[in-house]
Amino acid sequence: MTALRDAFLSAAVALGLFGPMVGLVTVSSDHGLFLRARPIAVAVIVGLVFFGRLGMLTWRGRNRAEATRANRAFAERITRAGKYVTPVLLLAALALPFSGSRYYVDLGTLVLTYIMLGWGLNIVVGLAGLLDLGYVAFYAVGAYSYALLATTYDLGFWTCLPLAGILAGCAGVTLGFPVLRLRGDYLAIVTLGFGEIIRIVLNNWVSLTNGPNGITGIPRPTLFGLRFSMDGGDGTFAGFFNLEPATIQRVIFLYYVILGLALLTNWVSLRLRRMPLGRAWEALREDEVACRSLGINVRNTKLTAFGIGAMFGGFAGAFFATRQAFISPESFTFIESATVLAIVVLGGLGSQLGVALAAIVMVGGLEALRDFLSFLGDQMGSELFSGIASELPLYRMLIFGLALVVMMVLRPRGLVSGRTPGVSMTAPKEIDAELVAQGRS
Amino acid sequence: MTALLSLSGVTAFYGAIQALRGIDLTVEQGEIVTLIGANGAGKSTLMMTICGNPRARSGQILHQGQDITQWPTYEIMRRGIAQAPEGRRIFGRMTVRENLLMGAEVAGRTDIDVLLQQVFALFPRLQERLSQRGGTLSGGEQQMLAIGRALMSRPTLLLLDEPSLGLAPLVVRQIFGAIRELNRTTGLTVLLVEQNAYQALRLANRGYVLVNGSITMAGTGADLLARPEIRAAYLEGGGHA
Repeated sequence: MTALRDAFLSAAVALGLFGPMVGLVTVSSDHGLFLRARPIAVAVIVGLVFFGRLGMLTWRGRNRAEATRANRAFAERITRAGKYVTPVLLLAALALPFSGSRYYVDLGTLVLTYIMLGWGLNIVVGLAGLLDLGYVAFYAVGAYSYALLATTYDLGFWTCLPLAGILAGCAGVTLGFPVLRLRGDYLAIVTLGFGEIIRIVLNNWVSLTNGPNGITGIPRPTLFGLRFSMDGGDGTFAGFFNLEPATIQRVIFLYYVILGLALLTNWVSLRLRRMPLGRAWEALREDEVACRSLGINVRNTKLTAFGIGAMFGGFAGAFFATRQAFISPESFTFIESATVLAIVVLGGLGSQLGVALAAIVMVGGLEALRDFLSFLGDQMGSELFSGIASELPLYRMLIFGLALVVMMVLRPRGLVSGRTPGVSMTAPKEIDAELVAQGRS
Repeated sequence: MTALLSLSGVTAFYGAIQALRGIDLTVEQGEIVTLIGANGAGKSTLMMTICGNPRARSGQILHQGQDITQWPTYEIMRRGIAQAPEGRRIFGRMTVRENLLMGAEVAGRTDIDVLLQQVFALFPRLQERLSQRGGTLSGGEQQMLAIGRALMSRPTLLLLDEPSLGLAPLVVRQIFGAIRELNRTTGLTVLLVEQNAYQALRLANRGYVLVNGSITMAGTGADLLARPEIRAAYLEGGGHA
């Protein structure tokens, strides 16, 4: 009975929220702006909320212990499956361009960029436990470093890539110094501010960055000096291999570049975790006082985490600049930081595979959903679905939020919450995250 | 011969609040020295001040004749001083082995296996739990891990802050037994902070009593145990655990 009342209440809240937001659309016509009502869409959403809430309550009320057990079994299965998921994902990533579809390769490139950013941020947030809400700043520093170096000094992508990484790393250390003594919420706020400062500086330092107009004509990367241009002459990829020049060649090349960069990020973070430095980061996340009492130089440890995390953000930024060939401060808003952080948190802090899966779901999943809905709309000739499909980007944040809430209810420690020890002599004993949280096994 | 550790006139502050008021204390090579006192007397502050966190505002801390008063914490810890901090503070999500390695890496030790074997000889339980997460250990095991972690740097001076905190009497006896054993076989010098005055004074060669940031009494363990004012202040009411 309480479940029913609760479900009604949730439905009422949903009606209040979605009634004006979804139920009314403005339509512009020759005679001005009109309001059009969409009662069916509202009814669908409110119905979903009602039955969703009802189902959730009855499912949970059924048997708490059983639900926990089911959840644990799922966690075990996903941990065991992890061994097979990784090579399958890697093979799929390598094989993706052979699909020949420009759309998929572009989408893959986008997803990989976020995976790389997620892995970079994972070093700072997941390993060292420093909550960074301004990660996009380093992405921006990398992008602008490459764009400015390339357009001003006529340097190539491969020369600028390490420079962009180093500059972003320096920015990371610069941010690190003032926040050394901060923790938790305070740290988050300062990093958030830092991210905004970088964006506002880029926006207003017109003489250097061209302000809101951005930088155009950023050169594309080359493959050992071979350009990917459409003329097909000497010194171009197509000319060298006697191929018909096509844009898809460059798109695929860019895809493999970001795949390589992302794998490099993964490899470096995995290596670091097995080294004293990585272990010191994790120890720092666990207990700063204990670290001090063991003689760890807390300052340097934190600064290296910020620096190395930022460096990978810088690499990704340089790649972003070369892919887009145009950058402006608009690309580096807080929402990017939030997306990357959401990917890291959803994936399970510190888990490499989890981050990759979360990025695929968060970035690729949304695209897939849009495709699916417009497909449904075409098939059924219904305006409702295609309407939702075309508006889906507007609901991005709503879906993000919903996904986060659902995740935090079902798997509060992220998709892949198991943590493999950096060193072990025997086979690791998997212990449920919930029990660890309670401090018992 | 110079003392292993000597403090003279050490004061320390938390902001405007003075926590230590001119502490004079020496620890000789091979001794077990205990520091007893009530809550808030400044025992843990004294431990932390030796480690340079907070830094002593005045006075002098000498380690093997070297003035370490103004050294940064990590430099002090690399001189062969190790601390098992109050509340154990093990790394909960890291395995027992990783916890132990954290103790050794900072001191730049490479003979990890030898060091591990020594810790296992002292606390066999840790070997059984090697690949288990620190946070899943029992309180007593966590304390063993904290001490084992400190020992991994093979220190010349071990600072132990309230190892008996929140542990059952039997486990406390086990841990104190291990400390005595360690001192006897390897000659390790120990500075022990305790509220469990009876056990601590029985274990220690010498003891200091700290009241409101000043040392009010000093003497051998047996001597302090025999004093009526100590009995009245720290031992009445079930101190004989």
